[in-house]
Amino acid sequence: MRLDPRAGERIDRSSAVSFTFAGWKITGFEGDTIASAAFAAGKRVFSRSFKYHRPRGLLCCSGHCPNCQMTVDGVPNVRVCTEPIREGAVVEGQNVRWSLDFDFMSLTDKVGGPFTPVGFYYRTLIRPRAAWPLYEKFLRSAAGLGTLDPRAGHTRRYDTEHRRARVLVVGGGAAGRAAALEAAKAGPGVVLVDEDARNRDLALGGVEVLAPARALGIWEGGLVPVDADTVLYRFRAERIVVATGATEQPLVFPGNDLVGVMLPDGVRRLLRDYSIRPGERAIVLGSDDETLAIADELVDVGVEVAKVVDLRDVRPRELAAQGGKGRVRRLVLDGESYGCDLLVASGGRQPAYSLLAQAGARVAFDDSLGVFVPTELPDGVEAVGSVTGDGLSRIAPEPAYQGNGKCFVCVCEDVTTKDMKRAIGEGFDSIELAKRYTTATMGPCQGKLCHLSSIRVYAEETRMFESAIGTTTARPPWAPVELGLLAGRDLTPARRGSIHWRHEEAGATIQWAGPWLRPYAYGEHPEDEVRAVHESLGVIDVSTLGKLFVEGPEAVQLLERLYPNRFGDLKPGRIRYGVLTSDGGRIMDDGTIARLAEDLFYVTTTSTGADAVTAWFEWWNAVWGYDAEIVNVTGALAAVNLAGPRAREALGRLVDDPDDVSAEDFRYLDAHELEVAGVPTLALRIGFVGELGYELHFPSPAGEHLWDALVAEGAVPFGLEPQRVLRLEKGHVIVGQDTDSESNLYSAGMSWLPKLDKDDFVGKYALEHFAEREEKERLVGFTMEEDVVPAEGAQIVVEGMPVGRVTSARRSDAVGRVIGLAWVPSDRSEDGTRVEIQVDRLRKGARITHGAFFDPDGERMRS
Amino acid sequence: MSFLLACPFCGPRPVDEYAYFGEVTTRPSSSPSLRELTDYVYFRDNVAGVQREWWQHRAGCGEWFLADRDTRTNDVLEVMVPEPRKQA
Repeated sequence: MRLDPRAGERIDRSSAVSFTFAGWKITGFEGDTIASAAFAAGKRVFSRSFKYHRPRGLLCCSGHCPNCQMTVDGVPNVRVCTEPIREGAVVEGQNVRWSLDFDFMSLTDKVGGPFTPVGFYYRTLIRPRAAWPLYEKFLRSAAGLGTLDPRAGHTRRYDTEHRRARVLVVGGGAAGRAAALEAAKAGPGVVLVDEDARNRDLALGGVEVLAPARALGIWEGGLVPVDADTVLYRFRAERIVVATGATEQPLVFPGNDLVGVMLPDGVRRLLRDYSIRPGERAIVLGSDDETLAIADELVDVGVEVAKVVDLRDVRPRELAAQGGKGRVRRLVLDGESYGCDLLVASGGRQPAYSLLAQAGARVAFDDSLGVFVPTELPDGVEAVGSVTGDGLSRIAPEPAYQGNGKCFVCVCEDVTTKDMKRAIGEGFDSIELAKRYTTATMGPCQGKLCHLSSIRVYAEETRMFESAIGTTTARPPWAPVELGLLAGRDLTPARRGSIHWRHEEAGATIQWAGPWLRPYAYGEHPEDEVRAVHESLGVIDVSTLGKLFVEGPEAVQLLERLYPNRFGDLKPGRIRYGVLTSDGGRIMDDGTIARLAEDLFYVTTTSTGADAVTAWFEWWNAVWGYDAEIVNVTGALAAVNLAGPRAREALGRLVDDPDDVSAEDFRYLDAHELEVAGVPTLALRIGFVGELGYELHFPSPAGEHLWDALVAEGAVPFGLEPQRVLRLEKGHVIVGQDTDSESNLYSAGMSWLPKLDKDDFVGKYALEHFAEREEKERLVGFTMEEDVVPAEGAQIVVEGMPVGRVTSARRSDAVGRVIGLAWVPSDRSEDGTRVEIQVDRLRKGARITHGAFFDPDGERMRS
Repeated sequence: MSFLLACPFCGPRPVDEYAYFGEVTTRPSSSPSLRELTDYVYFRDNVAGVQREWWQHRAGCGEWFLADRDTRTNDVLEVMVPEPRKQA
């Protein structure tokens, strides 16, 4: 089969490479593709067709058609005609029961005739409805392509690279190369992309060549994603030159899918690149000189050419290929039979305009050529070469020839001319509908080899002109692409505070909290950490809090207008709790606002809200233009909350003068600047966890130093879980946990907060309306009658009906009960009302409780 | 959505660098009726054509600006630095 060495061949005969092909050991040469080596070794069947499981052999050898899709080393749907040979590769057939040469499911081709017309499944397998999963399971395994191993995981690493190009040329044929060289004369930044691996080492002066690589589409803004195997280049090109050429079209005649029926280009590649004699006895069918010229090439390598049919001269009434065991044996032409084992047939060339159409070009039928050509190109996009129709011969063959056997319009999806006619007969009177019904052009080749044929068959059958039918929509991706390449690597960023490694060292359980990694708890018993805070001293890393400085002569006006709270009367050195509302009056975020000086405020936000709050502040100030600067210092500053009865005494030992933190000089809701363990610190006396506490904010680099100093003073580190228990004991709300996008200040029990007498603030108008109406539901506390903890989201049940939901619930040792927060109807929100809560399958009683569960008068945190 | 948008401060950048904040709305100035308030908070014109909208160069300089964009084509006709009014 392999010819003697020839000039121009791409194989290195001195270097043998072996692999397994469907269980057979095959040896080829370096430079071979898997398909060429297998073909040279006598293999002819490479796949089984989608629906009928007919044997299929090499057709295009250009990576376009579905016929050589195989599973290579576990990767399904690899076109082995362009996949380079590699030592030890395991190549297997797919969509096959038994083997490529004997596929049990090929019975569908023999007996399935009446059962597999187009639309069969949709109409037949609908009753009984309950049986659909069973049908589906069978159909999915009977039809289809390769299967992906769902447990395979990440087997390859994919990267995305953002790149720019002055000129991006797609297609490395003569026209593309000329355009690239011409563009390179004007300077650098010219990139040429070509799908053909043989152009890997192509040298073009001043042009960067990417091969094998495929442009997947053209998006707005000149975005062209290029698939280069494991790298996805996202090119932004100022100018895009499309030189994708024209694709050879199969001829439509009965038996046109038999193994041994090939496109001229495929034959040429086997012959020229891999020095393979593609058959012994050949027949050539075509309507252009380029196709017919292959007869001479075949004769040169010793193939007997039995017949050459120029379809411009001959108008056969009957033209069909017949075979045995799926392989072509003879051509029947108007009653005469001609034996052959290779049938080279071409239906002409169709411009590969898909990328241009995606970019916004119009596509029109060219009557003189009989093909669709791109027109009206958008700005910045050009087309050169045969993609424009230049140099193409007129398409002369009939849309489809008559004869015995299945006549395929679309080999990917096994759609025959009969299916097309049936679809039209059933009333699918537009090409888009007929396409969806038959699925012609929707297979792996994405219409490259069947788009023109299906429109021509449709036109003939409906007696319409192709120009009136038009084309179907061209959509990306233009070439098959691995999902992994589009997904890229999993690069979820994790934020860690400057004290994070101390928590890891202490053996804390780390959990995600928005983008942050934070300690859940340090030991097996979060309740021990709760007790430490209540009875002596605890410390928690709260560096994740959003932290902003708002500074300027009009900083106070800005904050007055952003928050429902009042800040004009807040004295320097004092702190106020604030809640941000939207103009719809809904709760957005909360935090504390400390006035450090007349024109300087320090604002904290929730841990996940920092970026959104900063953007919100800046947006409103872009509208209002107050003379104030907003600086987000979330990452620059670390923060810890030192809390517990011993907090004052411990902090006193770390500052110069213990009197600085005395009860008289550092009151509840005071903000003082202190030097703690030598670190300049802003200390805020607030009580989120309900005990005497100081929230210390200081430069991030000093995080571990200050943490260590506090732990040395006996502070017990506590994590998020104990903090959730502690704040729940106080009935403190977590925005986003206990509130949602519908919650407002009145329903959430903070009617004291908005100052409606202010001139204006964001949310004022909505809150004015809310103030006058009765809220439908309210956020209240509850105490369980039994020692069971309802799940977050558990239903509140009244008279058998679900009327509300639990947002937080924990067991509190300090209260001695299970406590929580819940949304209940307003008429069930009175203190002491009994409700039932769904806990698993049971309903458990609970009492509505207003106010804090623990230390209701706040004596401990104010002490 | 892959068009290029020109930040007034940084120049043309891929649209993924920006945050979109919707069409420019008119905030009612004094105690509006519930209907007027609801229109302002929840209803948008959603035009098929050119509209003025808010953008922030979030992965860049962070500045807010206005853009006149054709929602049918994503052609950006003009970008503007906002002119603030305290009594909005």
